[in-house]
This record gives sequence, structure tokens and C-alpha cells, in this order.
Amino acid sequence: MRIAILALQGAFEEHQRMLHSLHVETFLVRKLSDWQQPKDGVILPGGESTAMLRIMKDEELLLPIRQDIANGLPAFGTCAGMILLAKEVENDTRERIATMDISVLRNAYGRQLGSFFVDEEFKGIGNVPMTFIRAPYITKVREGVDVLSSHDGHIIAARQGKQLVTSFHPELNEDTRIHQYFLNMIQE
Amino acid sequence: MEDRTILNRNLAQMLKGGVIMDVTTPEQARIAEAAGACAVMALERIPADIRAAGGVSRMSDPKMIKGIQAAVSIPVMAKCRIGHFAEAQILEAIEIDYIDESEVLSPADDVYHIDKRKFKVPFVCGAKDLGEALRRINEGATMIRTKGEPGTGDVIQAVRHMRMMQSEIRRLGSLNDDELYEAAKQLRVPFDLVKFVHDNGKLPVVNFAAGGVATPADAALMMQLGAEGVFVGSGIFKSGDPVKRAQAIVKAVTNYNNPKILAELSEDLGEAMVGINESEIQLLMAERGK
Repeated sequence: MRIAILALQGAFEEHQRMLHSLHVETFLVRKLSDWQQPKDGVILPGGESTAMLRIMKDEELLLPIRQDIANGLPAFGTCAGMILLAKEVENDTRERIATMDISVLRNAYGRQLGSFFVDEEFKGIGNVPMTFIRAPYITKVREGVDVLSSHDGHIIAARQGKQLVTSFHPELNEDTRIHQYFLNMIQE
Repeated sequence: MEDRTILNRNLAQMLKGGVIMDVTTPEQARIAEAAGACAVMALERIPADIRAAGGVSRMSDPKMIKGIQAAVSIPVMAKCRIGHFAEAQILEAIEIDYIDESEVLSPADDVYHIDKRKFKVPFVCGAKDLGEALRRINEGATMIRTKGEPGTGDVIQAVRHMRMMQSEIRRLGSLNDDELYEAAKQLRVPFDLVKFVHDNGKLPVVNFAAGGVATPADAALMMQLGAEGVFVGSGIFKSGDPVKRAQAIVKAVTNYNNPKILAELSEDLGEAMVGINESEIQLLMAERGK
């Protein structure tokens, strides 16, 4: 298996380290020719979605990525990655990948003082440690979206077909179960 | 380690591969965000103007900082003076995302830095070498940047500081376990931090370059020397075409290893900030706070 990791800005190395610990091959995507390599899935990491979108558009990566995910390429977005995949962002009108039928609120927990840890139930896995950094959450899901985890009444993880999103950062600790969940999704 | 310290280190991880830009108005903040900045540093005067103006330089007006917080969705940082914990308390009260305890401002204390562990809000601090970096981390800094020489547009000091840190990190890695106690003594830092660097070959926090970065090539140079991202202060809004230069530096940090892309990015950027050479400056900000 070979997974593309979007490496325009943010915590892409952490995802790479995670996948390597699961013995999965990865490559980093910074420009169109990187993206055109064969791949079984893509990870959209945490970071600043505004920065990633700016570079994605200028490098003409946005449309090809959107097209491939719409055509069934498995995708996993964490935090900013979730914002990139959402069809609607309540407090942001920037153009994005927009392949998943969810509405998202950016910086939903406020500034850095609102960042937190929690141990919460994740459907099909059990309790997992979750790190939220200036995180978004999901305000609405449409038909076909499966809610995988909630915290304080807000949706923080969901799946639609081959797309997986989390508000939190499973790449920041040593627990590989969420990454393994994504790999299992690819093989289904 | 406390949860808050880990969360604050984690925010710095999210900034990696990005550019943090100095801005003085909401308008500049919006330009920086649209250009792809991963955070902005809100301050009343950019370092080049602080240098030109002389006199005592202090924390910015909270109202001005709040204006910038309202203008953008990316993290907003602000500077307080070295050792001035009351200024830091004020910045925490307005929920700043990161405090820069910065040598760019006039130091408030020539002995003690702020006890940063007392705060919930994260701190980034400047360092010229590994000892300074680890001392700041021990005080609670959750992100480090090279000091460089702010407001000059001259990258030589940032290069010197980054090379010094990297070579000291490599040297620690080559030591035997029983030699680490002496290394800790020489660096004037706790053994645990020395042991971490020895075992992992890097600092326990994210390390950015700062101080004198003015061009896409400067940014790429610092990244290749081991920086995990770049602060650009005066380099953008003191240049002829800030929008274009800001975008170019953002892309240069992403593509720091690709000279072909860097060549395209370096074309037609207009005037770079004029700059002052290291030998021409009276005041070495990097000598503040060791």
C-alpha cells in the first residue's frame, strides 16, 4: 500500500511517522507531478487550512485532488484536513476540496486557550486519546455520513464512503488505531 | 509533563512548514493570511522601524492586537519584553495564541526571563545556541526560534545561530551516556533536556528561523539548515511588493529543496527591503537575554 500525504504546510511528518510505524509506504505531495504518482489513499494533515488552500490553488492541485477523491480515492483529513474536505464551512467561504457532505465550524473551541485533551469513544475502536488544537467540529451531517465520535454534543469524527475526518489529531500520540482504521477502510 | 505544555508544543507543530509574518494593521494581517501565512505577529512597529526609531520599545496596545485578532482566522502572536511577566499576563488576558518573549523589544529584566510555566498561553523564545534554547525550554517555552538580527534584512546571524544549534545538537548525539552530565553542566541546563537531545537528535520543541529573512532564497536557506518554518518580520512589508513577496516566501518554505521552483519564485519580486549589514549596526538585539 502507498499513501500520499499532502505536505504544503503543517504536521505532515507526524502522519508519515505514524504510517511508517504501521509499515506503510508514503510519499509527500507538494506539486502536481507528486500527486500524479500511483496511490491507494491520501492524508490531509493538520495545519492552517488557509495556507494549504492558497498553495493548493496556485500549484493547480485543488481540482485534481477533488476529482480523485470524488472518484473514490480514500481520504483521511485531520483538523485542517477536515475543513478541506467539508462541503460547507460556516465561517469561511474559501474554495476547498469540498467532497464530503458535512458542515464544519472553524476554530469552534476558540483560540489556543481553548485547546484540550480528552479520552472519548470512537465507533468500532473504543476509547481513544484525542488532542484538539484550535479545532473545528462538525455542525451538520447529510445523508450517507456515518458519525463515528462525539464530544460534548458536537460531532468530532465522521465517515462517508471512503472519506474519514477527525477534528482531533491522532498523529500526535503513539496510538495507531485511527490510522489503522483508515488503512482498513482502504482495503474494504 | 503537564497537558497544557504538550498542547502548546502541539500548536507549534501545526505551524511547521509555514511562515509567520509581522503585521502592524488589520489590513496587513488580511494580506498575510491571503498570501498563506500560517500565523501573524501583531506589533505596532516592525523591527526595522523599532531600530530606526530608537528609544524604549514595549508591548503593543492590546486594542491594536484585538483588531488584528478580529481580522484573521489564523493564530495571532504578540511580543512582550524579556522578563516582563505583567505584559505577558495582559497578552494572556486577551487570549493571544502565542507570546514571543522577544529581544526585539527593550528587555525589562537583565537577569530573569519570564517563568513561562506559570502561564496557560504558549511562549516562543529566541536563541543563539543550544544552551539558550534549552534554558528557555526549561523555563517553559514551547517553541524556539533563532534570534538572527531583526530588522536588518541580513540573514548572516540567523544562519550563524541555526548552524550553531544544529552542530551542538549533533555533538551531543555523539557523546557517550556518561559524558552527558558534563555536557549539561557546560550548557547550564538540566540533564533531562540534554538526554532528550542526545537520544532524539533534535530539540523537544519546534524550531523556526527568524531575524533577517528577506527573500525566498533566504527562507529556503534556513529550511535547508534545519529550520522547521520561518518568521519574516520587516522583510515583507518593507519591500516594494508585499503581496507578491509574501506569497513567494510561503511557497519557498514549502519547496525549499526545489531550486527550479525557487528560481521561479525569485523572479520579479520588486525591491527587497534595503537592509543594513551586520557591521553597520549599533545595536545587537541578539545579545539581549541569554
